[in-house]
Amino acid sequence: MKVKMLSRNPDNYVRETKLDLQRVPRNYDPTLHPFEVPREYVRALNATKLERVFAKPFLASLDGHRDGVNCLAKHPKSLATVLSGACDGEVRIWNLTKQKCIRAIQAHEGFVRGMCTRFCGTSFFTVGDDKTVKQWKMDAPAYGEEEEPLHTILGKTVYTGIDHHWKEAVFATCGQQVDIWDEQRTSPICSMTWGFDSISSVKFNPIETFLLGSCASDRNIVLYDMRQSTPLKKVILDMRTNTICWNPMEAFIFTAANEDYNLYTFDMRALDTPVVVHKDHVSAVLDVDYSPTGKEFVSASFDKSIRIFPVDKSRSREVYHTKRMQHVICVKWTSDSKYIMCGSDEMNIRLWKANASEKLGVLTSREKAAKDYNQKLKEKFRHHPHIKRIARHRHLPKSIYSQIQEQRIMKEARRRKEINRLKHSKPGSVPVVSEKKKHVVAVVK
Amino acid sequence: MSTNQAVESLLALSQQEDLVDLPKDYPLSASEDEGDSDGERKHQKLLEAISSLGGKNRQKLAERSEASLKVSEFNVSSEGLGEKLVLADLLEPVKTSSSLATVRKHLNRVKSKKTVEVPLNKEEVERIHREVAFNKTSHVLSKWDPIILKNRQAEQLVFPLEKEQPAFAPIEHMLSGWKARSPLEQEIFNLLHKNKQPVTDPLLNPVEKASLKAMSLEEAKMRRAELQRARALQSYYEARTRREKKIKSKKYHRVMKKAKGKQALKEFEQLQKVNPTAALEELEKIEKARMMERMSLKHQNSGKWAKSKAIMAKYDLEARKAMQEQLAKNKELTQRLQVASESEEEEGGTEVEELLVPDAVNEAQMNAEEPNPWMLRSCTSDAKEAGIQEDAEQLPELLDHNVSESEGDERPVAEEEILLKEFEERRSLRKRSKLNQDAESVGSQETKDSISQEVLFELRTLSQKLKENHQSGKQKASSVGTFPQVQREEPVPEEEESLLLQRPERVQTLEELEELEKEECFQNKELPSPILEGHWLKKNPNNQTDAPKKKKKEQMIDLQNLLTTKSPSVKSLAVPTTIEELEDEAETDQKQMIKEAFAGDDVIRDFLKEKREAMEASKPQDVDLTLPGWGEWGGMGLKPSAKKRCQFLIKAPEGPPRKDKNLPNVIISEKRNIHAAAHQVRALPYPFTHHQQFERTIQTPIGSTWNTQRAFQKLTTPKIVTKAGHTIKPIKAEDVGYRSSARSDLSVIQRNPKRLSAHHKKQLKKNSID
Repeated sequence: MKVKMLSRNPDNYVRETKLDLQRVPRNYDPTLHPFEVPREYVRALNATKLERVFAKPFLASLDGHRDGVNCLAKHPKSLATVLSGACDGEVRIWNLTKQKCIRAIQAHEGFVRGMCTRFCGTSFFTVGDDKTVKQWKMDAPAYGEEEEPLHTILGKTVYTGIDHHWKEAVFATCGQQVDIWDEQRTSPICSMTWGFDSISSVKFNPIETFLLGSCASDRNIVLYDMRQSTPLKKVILDMRTNTICWNPMEAFIFTAANEDYNLYTFDMRALDTPVVVHKDHVSAVLDVDYSPTGKEFVSASFDKSIRIFPVDKSRSREVYHTKRMQHVICVKWTSDSKYIMCGSDEMNIRLWKANASEKLGVLTSREKAAKDYNQKLKEKFRHHPHIKRIARHRHLPKSIYSQIQEQRIMKEARRRKEINRLKHSKPGSVPVVSEKKKHVVAVVK
Repeated sequence: MSTNQAVESLLALSQQEDLVDLPKDYPLSASEDEGDSDGERKHQKLLEAISSLGGKNRQKLAERSEASLKVSEFNVSSEGLGEKLVLADLLEPVKTSSSLATVRKHLNRVKSKKTVEVPLNKEEVERIHREVAFNKTSHVLSKWDPIILKNRQAEQLVFPLEKEQPAFAPIEHMLSGWKARSPLEQEIFNLLHKNKQPVTDPLLNPVEKASLKAMSLEEAKMRRAELQRARALQSYYEARTRREKKIKSKKYHRVMKKAKGKQALKEFEQLQKVNPTAALEELEKIEKARMMERMSLKHQNSGKWAKSKAIMAKYDLEARKAMQEQLAKNKELTQRLQVASESEEEEGGTEVEELLVPDAVNEAQMNAEEPNPWMLRSCTSDAKEAGIQEDAEQLPELLDHNVSESEGDERPVAEEEILLKEFEERRSLRKRSKLNQDAESVGSQETKDSISQEVLFELRTLSQKLKENHQSGKQKASSVGTFPQVQREEPVPEEEESLLLQRPERVQTLEELEELEKEECFQNKELPSPILEGHWLKKNPNNQTDAPKKKKKEQMIDLQNLLTTKSPSVKSLAVPTTIEELEDEAETDQKQMIKEAFAGDDVIRDFLKEKREAMEASKPQDVDLTLPGWGEWGGMGLKPSAKKRCQFLIKAPEGPPRKDKNLPNVIISEKRNIHAAAHQVRALPYPFTHHQQFERTIQTPIGSTWNTQRAFQKLTTPKIVTKAGHTIKPIKAEDVGYRSSARSDLSVIQRNPKRLSAHHKKQLKKNSID
C-alpha cells in the first residue's frame, strides 16, 4: 500500500546561493499585526538605549607634539592626512589611518599661529610669531634634500592667522590688517583695514570665494570683499570673537565663536540679528568648524570640552570630553563628515567620531536598513518623555556640571531682575530686548 | 540706494555752503563805510605827519605818482585800500570797444563757471564705497536663496554633491618630475635600464589609449541595457497583440471595443482642453463615424438576429429588451455630439450648489414677487431626482449600484423638505410680525436693519443646516463603518466663522436668536486641547465615549466666561448668591441684557446634569456572568431565573470617593492614568499645530511588519547620506546650475589696484627706499 505523505519540493524553500532572495509571502492586513504603536514605541526605546550603550566616540589620540597644539589643517584631497602646528613652532603631518606622525618640521620660532593648505593639496602655508609666512611642500623632501620652505616672506608685523583661497593662488593673512597675497609675489596685492586692533583670524568664504570674514580683538567681526578690495560691514558684539567659520553649503551663513561662551550664526546680509545663538559652553569658545554637509558644526572651548551643534538649534546635540583633555584650542571636522579632530593644550590631537554611536566599517544592507529604521523610530518618538530623557542623557565632568548650575542660577537671577524692572517701571520705558539682539552692540556700515 | 541718496545729500550740502560763502564776499566790494574809512584815513595822515615832523624821516619822503585822487607828497596814500577789485569794473571799458570782444567772452565764461565742490572727507568716501560694495555683494549672494531653501527642506541630501571623476594620470606624467635618488631606487632603475624596460616612454600603447578614450564601460552597459529593454518591450507587445487577436470570445471584443470607445472619448475631452484644433479634427472623425453608422444597417434591427428577435419579442421579455437596447445603441451612436455640454457631472455639481446657497439667499428678494417660491424649489429638486433616475436608466450595468445611491440621495432630500417647511413657517410668522410692526409704525431704521440681518443670517444658517444634513446623509449612505470621530469632525463652515469674527461683541440691537446662533457656533467650534492624552489608548471605546463629554466641559467653561465672573444672575436655582452690592445702572443694564440673552438656557442645571452623568459613568460597573440557557431553558422571551442572576452577578466594589464630591461647581475627571501618563507627551511638540496631526504621525507605523518592502525603504530614507572615504567639497555654483563668474578673483584685483591703502603705500615706499 502506498502511503501518501506531505512533501515539499526543496526548490521552494532552499536557497541555491546565499544571494538568492526567498520570496516570503506576507500578509499586511493590519488586524493580523496589532499594537503597532506600542510595539514601535518599545523598539524606539530600545534603539535609544542601544545608541547610548554604543556611544563611544573617542577613537585615538595622536601624541608627539612637545607643546600645546595651536592649529590644525585638513588636507583638501587626502582624508588620511592632517597637519598640526604647535606652540613651539613645530609642524607635524599625521597619517590618520596609521595614527602616526609622518613628518615633523621645525617651521617657526615661537608659536605657529596659523596654517592652511593650498586647494590642490601640494603645499601648505604657515605663519608664526617670527613674523614670517612660509610655504612648504606637502610631500616629504626626497632623499638627501634639506627640509626647507619653498618660499619665505618676511613681514613687518606678526601675522596671527592665514587662510588660502578656495580656487586660486591667493592667500590672506591677518595681523594688524588683512593682507591678500598673490603666491608669486612677496608683497601683498591688497591690504584692508578698518579699525586699529589686531585681527585674530581671517577666513575665505568657500562658495563665493571673493568674500572674507575676519574678527578683531576690539570685539568686532568685519567682512571684506576681495574683488572690490574694501571692507563691507562690521558687527560689534558684546565680547571678542575668537574665530569664525563659513557654512560650506550656504553661502551667506557663518558662525562666530565668542568669548562670552556663545556661538552666533549670522546671515551676512542681516548682521543686526544673529540667526541663532548657540549656548551650552561654560567658558570661552576658541574654535569652530563646520561639517562639510553644512548641517552641523563643532566648537572647541576653554572649558575642556567640544560640542556639536545642529546649525538651526541653539542647544548642542553632543558633548565630548575626556579626563586628560585640557583646554581645546583648535578643532576640525574631517571632510568626509565622519570624524572630528581636536587639538588641545596638553599636546595631543584627539580623533572622535562625529556620530558617537555609529558603527565603523562596512555595513551589510540589512545592518544599514536596521540603522535607518532605528534612526527613524528615534526621530518619530523623540518627544516622548522616557525616550527623550535617555537620548539627552550625557555624562559631564564635575567642573563643567557645577559651572552649568552656577550659570543657570546667574542667568535666572538676571532674568528675574529684568522682569522685575519691567514690571515696576512705566510701561514702554524699559524696552524688551530679545535674546538674539541682546548680544549685538552695533552694526557699522 | 541709500548710498546714492547720501551722495546727493552731501552734494547739496556742499552747494549750500558755497551759496552761503558767496554773499559774504560781495558786500565787501561795495564802499559802504566810506565815511568811516575817510575819517580813519585823515587820522592816520595826521599821525603820520606828526611823526614825520620828528626829523630823520623827512629826507626819506620821496615823490611818487599814485593812481589815486589825492596825491600826497609825503606819503603813499592808503586810499582804496578797503576797496576790492570787481570784475564788472574792469569790464566796463571793455564794453565800449569792440576789439576786446574775445576777452569779454572769456571773462563772461569765467564769471558763469561755478566753483568746484569741496571733496568729501575720506571717511565719508570710504563709507559710501563700503555701502555700495555691501549692497552689490548681498545682491550676488541672494541668488543662493532658492537653493539653500531647497536644501534645507530636502527629504534627502546625498553627499558629495557632484560626481567626481577619477582622474587617470598617465605614468609618464608622474615620472617626469621625479628622479631616483635613494640608493635602492637607483639600483632598481639601473636594473630596468639594463633590461631595456620602458621607464619614461608611455607605458600604454596607442590601442590601449584609444580604448581609454572610448565609451566608458558604464555608458556602454547602460546603452546595451536600454537596447535590450526596448527589444524585449517590442516582443512583449507583439506577443500580446497576437494573443488578443486570437481570442474568440465576442463578449470580450465587445467589452474591449466599449472600453476603447470610452478611452477615446476621454482623450477627446482632454484634447479639447489642451489642443482645440486637434480636437476639431477628431470631432470631424467622430462625425464621419456617425455618418457611417447612419448609413449602415447596423443596429437598425434589420439583421437576421434582429428579425428573429422581433418574432420572439411578443413572447419573450428579454428579447424585447435586447431589441430596445439595440435601438438605444443606434440612437446613441447616431446622436450628434454636442460640444457645449462639457460634462454632465459638473453641471450636476453646480446644480447642487445653486440649490444650496444662492437660491436660499435670492429667495429673500423673490418672495415679494412670487407667492410660493418653494414650489419652484421642489420642482428643481424633483427634476434633479428625475435626472438621477434617468442616469440610472442610461447605465443599466450599474443599475444596482445606482439604486443604492439614489436611495441614499432620497433621504437628504426629504430632510431638506422638512427643513424648508420649517423655514416657510418661520418666514410667515416673521411676516406677520413685520406687518404688525408696520402697523404700529415702530419700525425704525435700526430694527429694520436688524431684521433684515436676521433674515439673512437665518437663511444662511438654514442653508448651512441643509448642507450639513446633505453631507451627513451622504456619509450614512456611503460609509458604513466610519468612526464616530469622523462625524464629530464635521468641518465648521468657514463662512460662519468669518461672520462671527466680523460681528462686534454685544451690540445692543442684536436679537436673542443671534445670541443663540452664537452658542451654536461655540458648539461647533473645536477647541484645540493642549493636553494630549494617550495616542493608542484613544482606540478604546471608553475613551471615545468620554471624548465628546470633555468637549462639552470646555464649552461650559467658555459659556461661563461669556457670562462674566459675576454671573450667577440667573437666580432660578438654589445656588448661594454672593453678597449683593450696589451696582451702577450700566451694570444692571448689562446684566439685564445677558439675562435676556441667556434666558432660554439653564447653564447651571446643565452643568449639574453633566456632573451627574460623569459620576454615573465613573462608577464601577457590576459584572453579569449569567449564561442564558445554561442549566435551564433558554430562547426567545425566556430570561435566566432571578436566582441564577443573583448567583452570577459580581458586584463591583465601591470605588474610592470622588474628589469633587464636596465641590458643587467642579467636575474632576479621574480618567487620567498616571502610569500611562509617564510615557505620554505632555505638550504639543513644535512643528505640529494640532494634536491630531501629531497623533497621526505617531499612529502610522513605519516598520517592515506593517509596510511593504518598498514603502518601508521609502519611509526610512535617512536625511543625509554620505559616502565613506569621499571628500565633500563645498557647494559650487556650477553644481546647482548657476554660471560661476568668468573672471577669477585674482584677475579682478589686479585690474583695479586703485585701493592700496595710503598706509600701505607708505610702507611700500619705505621698502623701496630701503
